[in-house]
Amino acid sequence: MVLMACGLISVLTTLGIVLALISETLSFFREVSPLEYFTGREWAPTFGRNASFGVLPLISGTLKVTAIAVMFSVPLGLATAIYLSEYAPGRVRGFLKPFLEVLAGIPTVVLGFFALNFVTKNLLEPAIPQVERFNVLSAGLVVGLMIIPTIASLSEDALRAVPGSLREGAYALGATRRIAALKVIVPAALSGIAASVILGMSRAVGETMIVAIAGGNQPSMSFNPLKGSQTMTAYIVQVSLGDTATGEIAYQTIFAVGTTLFVLTLILNLISIRIVRRFRETYE
Amino acid sequence: MSVGEAQAFSLRGQGGKQNLYEKTFVVLLLVAVLIGVASLITLLIDVLRVGAPRLSVDFLTSLPSRFAARAGAQPALWGTLWVISVCTLFSVPVGMGAAIYLEEFARKGRLATLIELNIANLAAVPSIIYGLLGLAVFVRFFAMGRSVLAGGLTLGLLVLPVIVLSGREALRAVPSSIRDGALALGATRWQTVSRQVFPAALPGFLTGIILALSRAIGETAPLITMGALTYVTFVPNSLLDRFTVLPIQIFNWTSRPQSAFAETAAAGIVVLLAVLLAMNAVAILIRSRYQRKP
Repeated sequence: MVLMACGLISVLTTLGIVLALISETLSFFREVSPLEYFTGREWAPTFGRNASFGVLPLISGTLKVTAIAVMFSVPLGLATAIYLSEYAPGRVRGFLKPFLEVLAGIPTVVLGFFALNFVTKNLLEPAIPQVERFNVLSAGLVVGLMIIPTIASLSEDALRAVPGSLREGAYALGATRRIAALKVIVPAALSGIAASVILGMSRAVGETMIVAIAGGNQPSMSFNPLKGSQTMTAYIVQVSLGDTATGEIAYQTIFAVGTTLFVLTLILNLISIRIVRRFRETYE
Repeated sequence: MSVGEAQAFSLRGQGGKQNLYEKTFVVLLLVAVLIGVASLITLLIDVLRVGAPRLSVDFLTSLPSRFAARAGAQPALWGTLWVISVCTLFSVPVGMGAAIYLEEFARKGRLATLIELNIANLAAVPSIIYGLLGLAVFVRFFAMGRSVLAGGLTLGLLVLPVIVLSGREALRAVPSSIRDGALALGATRWQTVSRQVFPAALPGFLTGIILALSRAIGETAPLITMGALTYVTFVPNSLLDRFTVLPIQIFNWTSRPQSAFAETAAAGIVVLLAVLLAMNAVAILIRSRYQRKP
């Protein structure tokens, strides 16, 4: 019974998250119309009487960072997975796997420091003069670096789960290693690879410290990656630090934004879990 | 399908051009792998290079300061120690209990499936959402304030899924012959688990716990959201004191415009990474010792 109670704590956690988010979000929507929240193009919740509560700029910031992160990490993560599963000799594997674990274990505040003080300062600023100190590009690239281990190790699992008979069949037909990898093994593992990419996206959407440090604090709809743009997570941090005037409405906005973020990542996670399950059923 | 690929399938593709495609492909893969490796190495070197001048015993034992050259990490280090202790005391027993329940006692039914699905989902919830949970439930509803206790429990909930998932894997790795043997000798289900299965799974449990705690040590966002302080000049003395932790202190130094604080932040990062490295080394040690003895 005690053990079962331990298991139930996880269910209580979920209930707690959902209840906390919903109750504060509902009181937020008593003040602000959902129409304004979801369609408004300006986010300025602390401007007193002139306050505006359109969440689109924050969503835009999150999506811009996620898009850059995915464009950077999918090719690198997938290439790493293919190399590990099809090419790497044991010695190289023994070095690469722990390396991925170390990269996955670097705290995000450290990656944020790296984004601001190395990627922006030493790479982007010398190369592109018009880049701003806080910009989406640097944050997106480093978020991408953060999700490489997720994509690489889950994709590698998917590639390794492809039955050997498919691989041997391809070789028997005269396929080279490259052809076997690209035309037979990757397509066979595609659902697992897709799941890993979606899970990576979900982590990028929820990533906080990198964007709070390097991505800037201006809500913006601009598509220019050289400019700063606040994300949903960075907004929550900004309010929590007490940089903005504290009042009930500021307190409620972070829950409204949190709910939006939670729903977005939940959809991504559920898709990913579902794809993985279907994919497991095919091969076991 | 391009000409080169059609050739490969027709078994004639052993010639020079085909070879070139193969080599280019491997080189491309290697370049991709190396970009990742190089980024990590650059990060470590950069942090060490920038932070080295500020590393000293003084740094570990002084209070933060408006002057970068005098700022230290003592309150943050103590805060981390306090919060992680609370987190450990809460998440380790609960996580072990949940893992043992799900793996050894739960009947395959709706409840077990619900808990399982739930844990899989919780593991992928962004950490900042746990901060909102801690703020609403521990800080406000249970009126713990923005205290060490509230922070530790928030982190405890955050790492719980990690401990449960790794614990279940450790239990699953125990051969069922051990279970069957104990039961055949007349042991009860509880005796079997507590005297045979659990000790056999302990190294696996420990590895998972260390990895989960090293994640908790590096977490910043949930504690900021929950309302931990960013500038603290005292060491917490009780569970209900306010606090800061090392990652938040690093964040605070990083976001200051003066470049001197970048050095202080880098020094803090070196300390944080050293702690994490030590913990991971212990985890690897346990894992390798355990693997040697079948």
